[in-house]
Formats: sequence, structure tokens, C-alpha cells
Amino acid sequence: MNILSLENVRKTYDKHVAVDGVSFNMPKGCVFGMLGPNGAGKTSLIRIITTITQADSGVVLYNGEKLNQNHPSKIGYMPEERGLYKKMKVGDHLVYLARLKGLSKTDALREIKSWFEKFEIEDWWGKKVEELSKGMQQKIQFISTVVHRPGLLILDEPFSGLDPINTNLIKDEIDELHKNGTSIIFSTHRMEQVEEVCEFMVLINQGKNVLEGSVKDVKNQYKENLFKIDFDGALPMEAFAQTKIINQEGHSITVQLKEEDDSNALLRHLLQNNVQVHSFNEILPTLNEIFIRKVASSNHKNTTI
Amino acid sequence: MDKLWLIIQREYLTRVKKRSFILATILTPLAFGLFFIVVGFIFSYEDGDVKQIAISDPGNVLSVSKLPNTKSITFTKPQKDLEGLKKDVEDEKYSGVIAIPVVKNLYDKSIEINYFYSENELDIDSKLKIEKSLGRFFREYKIKELGLDKKELEALEGDISLSPRSLLNEEKDTSMKAGVGAALGGFMGFIMYITVFIYGMMVMRSVMEEKVNRIVEVMISSVKPFQLMMGKIIGVGGVGLTQVAIWAILIPIISISVQLIFGFDPEAMNEGAAGMSGGGGMDPDDIQFYAAQVIAELQSQNWWLIAPLFVLYFLGGYFLYASMFAAVGSAMGDDLGEGQALTIPITIPVVLALYIMMVAVKSPNSSLAVWSSIFPLFSPIVMPSRLAFSPPAWQIAVSVIVLIATCIFFVWLSARIYRVGILMYGKKVTFKELGKWMFRA
Repeated sequence: MNILSLENVRKTYDKHVAVDGVSFNMPKGCVFGMLGPNGAGKTSLIRIITTITQADSGVVLYNGEKLNQNHPSKIGYMPEERGLYKKMKVGDHLVYLARLKGLSKTDALREIKSWFEKFEIEDWWGKKVEELSKGMQQKIQFISTVVHRPGLLILDEPFSGLDPINTNLIKDEIDELHKNGTSIIFSTHRMEQVEEVCEFMVLINQGKNVLEGSVKDVKNQYKENLFKIDFDGALPMEAFAQTKIINQEGHSITVQLKEEDDSNALLRHLLQNNVQVHSFNEILPTLNEIFIRKVASSNHKNTTI
Repeated sequence: MDKLWLIIQREYLTRVKKRSFILATILTPLAFGLFFIVVGFIFSYEDGDVKQIAISDPGNVLSVSKLPNTKSITFTKPQKDLEGLKKDVEDEKYSGVIAIPVVKNLYDKSIEINYFYSENELDIDSKLKIEKSLGRFFREYKIKELGLDKKELEALEGDISLSPRSLLNEEKDTSMKAGVGAALGGFMGFIMYITVFIYGMMVMRSVMEEKVNRIVEVMISSVKPFQLMMGKIIGVGGVGLTQVAIWAILIPIISISVQLIFGFDPEAMNEGAAGMSGGGGMDPDDIQFYAAQVIAELQSQNWWLIAPLFVLYFLGGYFLYASMFAAVGSAMGDDLGEGQALTIPITIPVVLALYIMMVAVKSPNSSLAVWSSIFPLFSPIVMPSRLAFSPPAWQIAVSVIVLIATCIFFVWLSARIYRVGILMYGKKVTFKELGKWMFRA
């Protein structure tokens, strides 16, 4: 079951095409990375999903339903450009935002109080937002995003401007929400974050999705059959006659096998020759490498056309 | 609808609870009261010491009772000649001497009366009062000496006034009507002008702040931009109505209690004001007569028609201009100065309307006044100023319909600009772009 599926979504501003026929599916309950360089159209896409703007054409389905009036209350969105009413009291502010998401006053109070206990910030309730530090405001912003227990959580660059402690705190909360079945979209240009937390991903560049699928599949798709072997003893060099040696230093060697080659055969051969193998690992490409390769090539294509 | 109500509540309550709002709302009437106290004090200010003024009257025609004794001046008529009295003044027995001449020629138009003093010159207020009483006295004296008939003379006097009487309206017109109508109309028009400006600007600033704060994107992921805009306009409008209502109650209460507590009557101020302007001043009787006429005129106004219409024009004008201000606020960036240029097209019609209103109260049925009170950008300010002159019903009807239609259209148009503008960052916006936003799907 997909919590979200987009089909050929298109959005233009004047002559600028912000989203150009994007299609992807997001399975329910997963953490989904939306990657792309700055200005790729990620925010435009999110604004369509959150019903802030409407697509010029294409279909967006939430839980199999076409986006409608009722969906904003089921979505939690923390925009990259975030802010709060500076003069409002923290507690009042959160109640206000929660009620706009459709919670009753008592429900809102109960939920917010439990978050305050969790973060141990009960004494912030009566403070004005402007009295809080930036990191504290981010916490409040996060609570406001999840207070109505959304089925779909969209976080646009959630860690920008957060210190490592708060980053970990928010990460833990995201993990917990994920465990409780919340579907989460992570929009970022920082690949290592996606690698850490996301199961599925889509790569957007210049308004188009250039790559889509589970993180594992994508990595496999872009693997170069690189293997790293740590060993003791003398290597039977004839075993590497057909393979390309990428790097060799001391008791460690990195080789690139041909696709039809069998890594098991290589390992067997080494063992038969009494090489003491400490480790035998396949080196998968990082998303960063895939990202750069993919973005560079598509940009290159576009400029040559 | 629930969400709109929540937004209205927040916009209203956060402003009304603000210390600056409470201060402005309460201090303004207090400032009015203080102003009355100060003005009253200034006009009722009199020198502490009492001036004794002697009268030299060789012809023995004037009795002292004809002169206006006040708290600070008393008149006496000692049996001494002028030279003796002058000496007394030098010895500071008297502040001064008024030398009444013996009138030789009753046909002299002007009579020169000398006032001799050593140190204390007469203040203007007393001088005017004394001149007036002496003038009255010599008039009576001449009438008596010339043997004229007082009643015949009174018959010659009297004002000629041109009384406008409409043939269309059967109600009785009085000459006061134009004056009272102009004052009332000007007052209403001016209130409209002030409120549209203050609260329209408040909406604009608040929209801009939300955008600069970046809260707006969080908000519109929960509510529609239209709801946010309308919530703000209605909430701020409520703040305006609250403030005006509190003032409407507090200002009369405070000014009345000021009069009661400090015990000076507005007549003293009127006389002072009349004295200052150099006019002869008004008799208290005259003032009472005019006041009664003004009150009668105010009562004769059809308040059951004027009051609801005034509220209608207030709401229409407010929504019309506030929505435009909201649209402009949404297009503004972090740079306030840059955005100021965008407000000019809104402020020009408001200011023009104020000037037209000033002309309209003088000639409420001129074609300028009539057409301006139908043109929707002017009508909220111009039409209320004409209401006191009972304009034809068809004009009111057309004006109201045009205003409501335009108001709905402008709110719709502004909402279209607003929803694009609030998400547009770091871009200098031109009018051409605003125009494009209106037509964006």
C-alpha cells in the first residue's frame, strides 16, 4: 500500500518549470528520502503534496485518494523556512497550531503537555517565543509539526541550524514515530542523512525524478563490483589476471570484478591457496557518489542539447 | 469555517491583549480629558490680584453697574476729578482710570475713551469686555439723548438669512441644517479616513511580518491562504471597532467628568476662544440659542438610516482597502522601504477621497460629490459625509450596491495576489508581476 503516489505531476511558474512530470510511489510506513540539489524542485513538490499549491497537471494520491480538503490535517509539514509568531506564548502558540490542524482544545492541551514532559520543557509554557533560543524554537516547531499525529510527516531540511545534541534528539523522535507507523518524507540535499535513515528514495534534478526506489536497490543498481580483501600471506597473483586491481597496499587489496565474475569463485581460489582472509567486503557506492554522477550527467546532457 | 474563526480569534486577541493597545485605547481619551483640563485652565486663568479700576465721569452719565465686574476686576466711581485719580494710580491706589468724556456731539460715530495706567496694562480679554459694555452703554445713552424710539431701532436690525428649502423633501429645512450637516458629514468622513488608514496599514504590516517570520508557510499547510487573509482582516477590523467603541464611550464620560470635577463650564472656553479670534464674542444667550438649534438639528437627522449606513460604508471601505493592503503586504519582502512604493496606489485614492469629502460637505449635491459618492474607492469616505444632507435614495442604493460588488471583487483579487505573494521570497516585486499573479491558476 502506498501512502503517497504521484503520477506525472507538473507545475510551472511563469516560464520556469519547477516540477516536470514527476512520478513516484511512497510505501506506507517507510522513511522516504527526497533528494536533489538546491533549486531542483523539492520544495515545489512538497507544496503540492501539502496542498499549499496545486499542480498544473498530474495526479497526487494520498492513501489512494485524490488530495482534498481533509488531507492537510493528516499531514505534518516542517518547512525549511520555518518560523513562529514571536510575540505569542509558547503554550498558546502550540494549541493554536494544533487546533488549526483540527484537534479539539482538550486534545491539543493533552498532546502538547505530554510532549513538554517528554522534552522536559514544562517551564517554557508561559514564555514568549522570542525569549527562546533558536534551538529551543526548533523543538517547539517540531512539536507543532507532529502534535496532531499525522500519518505523513514531511521534513524539509530538518536538521539545518540544529546543534548535534538537538539533531540527535529529533532523530530519535523521528525513529520512534517511524516505529509507530508514521510515514516520513525527508527532503534534503545531504546524502549521508538519507543513507542513515531512509529506506526509499527519489532523486529530483531540474524538476524531474531521475532515480527512484529502495535505497538498497539503487545502490545495487549503481554498484561497480568492487571488493576489498584484507588478508595475510602471499596472494596468488594469477587469480587476479582477469581482474582490475584498483588499489593494493600492504595486506589489503581492492579489486573490480567483471560483472559475470563470481565473487565466490575468487574467494574459493584464495582459500585454496592458503591465503588467510580476514575480511571480504563488497564496496557499494555511497548515495553521494550516485547523486553526483547522476546529477552531473543529466546536467551535462541538458547543456549539450 | 472553524479555522477562520480560530484565526479571527487569534488576530483579535493577541492585539487586544497587547500592552500598547490597552495603553493607546485608554490613554487617548485620558489625553483628551487632560487636554480639556489644560485648555480650560488656560482660558479661565486670571491674575491672582484684583484690579481696582476707577472711573472718571465728569458728565456723571455712567453708573458702575453697567460695567462687567469680574473676579479680577472691580470698578469704582470715586468722587474725584481725573487729575486726582491719575495721581492715585501713580500711588498704586488704583490699577488704572477710565476717563469717560463728556459727549459733546451726539452724532460722533466714535468716542475716544482713555485708559490711564501706570504698571498694569489691561489684558486683551478685559479690554474687549469693557469695550463691549461701554459700547452698549453709549448706544443706550445716545438713543435716550437723541430721543429715538427703541422699538423702531430694533426693527431696523436683524439678520437676513437665505434659507435653502428643498422642494423634493417635505421635511422642514432650517438654516442650521447646512452647517450642522457639514460638521457631521466632515466628522464621519474623517473618521472613515483615519480608520481605513490605521487599520489597513495594520493589516499590511502584519501580513508582511508573517511572511518575513516564515510562519506563513506553516500556517498555510493547515489553512487556506484565503482563510488566513480574511481571518486577519476581520480580526484587525474587530480590533478597530473595539477601539472606536471604547473611545465613543470613554471620551464623553471623561470630558463630562472633567467638567464636573474641575467645575469650569464650556462657556468660559467659548468666550475665551471668541475673544482670542478677535471677534466680539458671543452672548451666552446666543450660544444657548445656537446650541439648542444644533441639538435640534442633530435630533432631526434620520439616525435610523444614517447609523446603519455609516456602519455599512465603514465595513465596505475597510474590507476594500484592507484587502488591498494585505495584497501589498504579501508582495513585500524583508525590506520595508522598498515595499513602501507599492502602497502609493492605495494611499492616493484614500487621500483624494478625503479632499473630495471636504468639498462635498460644502456642496453636497455637486456632480463631483454625487459621482464620487458612487465611485467605490471614494464612496466609503465621501458618501458618509453627504448622508447628513439626505441625498436621494437612488444614489445611496447605487452607491451601496457598487461598493459591495467592488468590495467582493477586490477581496477576491487581493486573495489571488496574496496566495502567490506570501510564498515569494527574495524577489523585488513590480506591479507587472502583481498583475500576473492575479491571473495565475
